[in-house]
Amino acid sequence: MPLHTPLHAAHIEAGARMVDFAGWDMPVNYGSQIEEHHAVRSDAGMFDVSHMLALDLSGDGATAFLRTLLANDVAKLQVPGKALYSCMLNETGGVIDDLIVYFFAADKYRIVVNAGTADKDVAWMRKQIATLGANVTLDARRDLAMIAVQGPNARARTWTAVAGSESATAGLKVFQAAEVGAMLIARTGYTGEDGFEITVPAADAADLWHKLLAAGVKPCGLGARDTLRLEAGMNLYGQDMDEATSPLDAGLAWTVDFKDEARDFIGRAALEANPASARMIGLILEDKGVLRAHQPVFTAHGEGETTSGSFSPTLQKAIAFARVPLDVAVGDAVEVEIRGKRLKARAVKLPFARNGKALV
Amino acid sequence: MNTPAELKYTKSHEWVRTEDDGTLTIGITDHAQEALGDIVFLELPEAGRTVAAGEECAVVESVKAASDIYAPVAGEVIANNEAAVDAPESVNEDAYGAWLFKIKPASAADVDGLLDAAAYAEVAAAD
Repeated sequence: MPLHTPLHAAHIEAGARMVDFAGWDMPVNYGSQIEEHHAVRSDAGMFDVSHMLALDLSGDGATAFLRTLLANDVAKLQVPGKALYSCMLNETGGVIDDLIVYFFAADKYRIVVNAGTADKDVAWMRKQIATLGANVTLDARRDLAMIAVQGPNARARTWTAVAGSESATAGLKVFQAAEVGAMLIARTGYTGEDGFEITVPAADAADLWHKLLAAGVKPCGLGARDTLRLEAGMNLYGQDMDEATSPLDAGLAWTVDFKDEARDFIGRAALEANPASARMIGLILEDKGVLRAHQPVFTAHGEGETTSGSFSPTLQKAIAFARVPLDVAVGDAVEVEIRGKRLKARAVKLPFARNGKALV
Repeated sequence: MNTPAELKYTKSHEWVRTEDDGTLTIGITDHAQEALGDIVFLELPEAGRTVAAGEECAVVESVKAASDIYAPVAGEVIANNEAAVDAPESVNEDAYGAWLFKIKPASAADVDGLLDAAAYAEVAAAD
């Protein structure tokens, strides 16, 4: 039996085309993936992301534990509600998952992990808690649902839909969250647009969804989420990085914090022993066709591979992320092999689009 | 699901129309275009190419995925639809109007072995 989020009935009601995603029955689109994509770039769209797992970490040892568990440093988080993006690495420096951690107090954090990796993540965290003897409690919050509202008008439409939300969230900076009643409203997202990710008790999720619909927010599926995040230059776990990939080779060096030399996070020694061996760049296809994951890339400095690719509705061209030799530079002409033919592409700086605008 | 009764179909979701001159016009079904989602690129066979029944001879790419299109019967490709190549979304808008290519069949009788609308509707429903 596939897993259902608390919004399953709302998706069927909205005419969603459902697909399996990591064991969950999720909407891939509600008619047109491209229209949903444009809705997020130009106005406001919403995604059911309740399949992702929220975990609450509490206890005196929480800060010290997270400083060992994560490659980014939670000591940067000082303001309650502030969030941080980080990789969780294994001992060899591979990426177990990428996640967002919210700081509420030195002994109270919320961690949001990917749906497909949730069980593995929890097992890894529990193992590390035991190994380190950390004084913490980890609670999986399957009693919560999450809706991401994204787009230039996402905040304004949320304020219309949720009474009392404007005064509580108008002053939030990016990557910061506030509690509004039983909700946690965070100014985060995965589309390259402004917006909120709203966590609500599962029992309230359908009510929130319908209020957002009434406020003019368009339901969007996983299909649009993928093209939006690709344009925004954001990695997808399992595709652009995994346990065999170093964050340094996956374009995620900016999330690895080596500054505190005394902080011995899991994977640190492996990353220090193995500097980056590749770089992640964007590709734009100049010939006709569509880029996909795992197509060979030929450069003047050796071969690489696309890790994610699709048609970009904003650019109206095929785009991809590619892991290529370190010497490949932005602007280089490369070739991508598609069905046995080598097509012309150009290396560009990520992201492809941000805040409604094409950047390349 | 829209499956016009006058057409023949394949299990791999192509539709086939026999023209008055005995040539075949081929496209993908309404069910197929809906499953693929927004179509953004077509790669069609050149006229003059000889194809075997079941041979991969075109590619339809949607935002989501690339899908191979198969020759329903053996024959010679005599035309492809440049208008559809220039406007791939026309396949989403009108799957039975936006044909992909035409074949002169090696044997007219081969078409009789294809599915009729009712049989194809069952195949599509089971997808």
